[in-house]
Amino acid sequence: MVSQKVKVFDYTPYSLPTEGSAGLTGSWRSKRPIIMVEKCTKCNLCWLYCPEGTIIRVKGKVPEIDLTYCKGCGVCANECPSKAIEMEDEAKWLNR
Amino acid sequence: MAEQIEVLTGNAAAAYGVKLSRAQVIAAYPITPQTTLVERIAEFIMKGELKAEYIKVESEHSALAACIGASLGGARAFTATSSQGLLLMQEMLFWAGYGRTPMVMAVVTRAIAPAWNMWSEHTDALAQRDTGWIQIFCHNNQEVLDTIIQAYKISEDKKVMIPVMVCYDGFEISHTSENVVVPEQSDVDSFLPSYENDLIDPDKPKLLWNGVYPEDAFRFKAMLSEAAHRSGNVVNEVQREFESKFGRRYEAIEVYGKPESKIILMAMGSVASTAKATVDTLNREGYSVGLIRVRLFRPFPVSELQKAIEGAEALVILDRSLSFTKGILCTEVTSALYSAKWRPKILEYIVGLGGAVVEHRSIVDTVKHLLPKVPEEPREAVWLKPGGQG
Repeated sequence: MVSQKVKVFDYTPYSLPTEGSAGLTGSWRSKRPIIMVEKCTKCNLCWLYCPEGTIIRVKGKVPEIDLTYCKGCGVCANECPSKAIEMEDEAKWLNR
Repeated sequence: MAEQIEVLTGNAAAAYGVKLSRAQVIAAYPITPQTTLVERIAEFIMKGELKAEYIKVESEHSALAACIGASLGGARAFTATSSQGLLLMQEMLFWAGYGRTPMVMAVVTRAIAPAWNMWSEHTDALAQRDTGWIQIFCHNNQEVLDTIIQAYKISEDKKVMIPVMVCYDGFEISHTSENVVVPEQSDVDSFLPSYENDLIDPDKPKLLWNGVYPEDAFRFKAMLSEAAHRSGNVVNEVQREFESKFGRRYEAIEVYGKPESKIILMAMGSVASTAKATVDTLNREGYSVGLIRVRLFRPFPVSELQKAIEGAEALVILDRSLSFTKGILCTEVTSALYSAKWRPKILEYIVGLGGAVVEHRSIVDTVKHLLPKVPEEPREAVWLKPGGQG
């Protein structure tokens, strides 16, 4: 799956900065960030801090999280000034 | 201005080779016996005779890292080192080799400590034989200059794209002066085209040498191996082209003296120069003996060696390297001859470690001792100690 995303030079490996160039990193996640809509002030600090660019700003609305690539590192939850993001066990979601 | 004959040390000859090749980035850290080489290059740059960026680095590891960046950004890069410095580079050697980075490095061979000493043996360079570099061993100063120029052409060939180590003995070559023909710049320019590489380009950002999954990693290693096979042919092509342009002949396996003899000596580097004199003496005295000089060590020229050794009863290897119990050259040769139709007895002599003198007289005595009746193939190497029969 990854090899379709990774551009391979003809004799030495490199990847271009494209979406998903490091693979489906969402599969690494053990904790899932959940944004609590009622607490979110739409300040977008989570978007700014996310090291993987998996938080998507939506004008005038609560941001969305791209779970295909979110590794569940929890930086967003840690930085959120309103404590509007909770990290839940991924297993709980998988069993639904 | 025609080509000139100068009296040059091996290190100065290498510096001239670098200058004539128009290297653009030099990154090096001084270590005896390499020091006078990088000093001479710095002098060329200071005088404006070589237009290059000289990067003063804090270690050999950084020296090679700088050269990798330069090369992948499209600059012709050069570095040089010896012994402990080469060992400190080792991680970067693999990055450069497996990463397919064209560049040239002079390895002025020197013993590895302990026993700490500054004199030559080949173990430092040969211990790097698995790092993905082409390795060429020179046996005189002219060859050092010529090989640096050839090495860029080999390394930068699109069929190859592999870095090249040009190895020559510390002191015996690096600090000994000989007459050296310095080719004309315009002749070198027409032999060696300018270098291009845009793998690193600020306008096209990319993550170089990223993590890859096992199947891709396997494929890249296989591609290196295929390129290494091709590089053997490219080395031969470049040597032929060099000969037609400059008139000096180099071969991956050089045969000298009387190759039809039952005893053939084998050596690399400055030991081969001594052995050539020995072969001349013995042949003059009526004893028939030949010499095989291994110039190309990586990729090892298996078919050339198998052809050169045909008909000989014994191959006497004068090995200036050590891998625990055997010499590294001997191990390589034994492996290369396993598939040969004709396989001679292999008699291995460990010589010249830590710069111990490889005496003309002791080689003469050894050959004369073997000539009447070549003994059964011994299981162990003989240590040919300086100052007497081994």
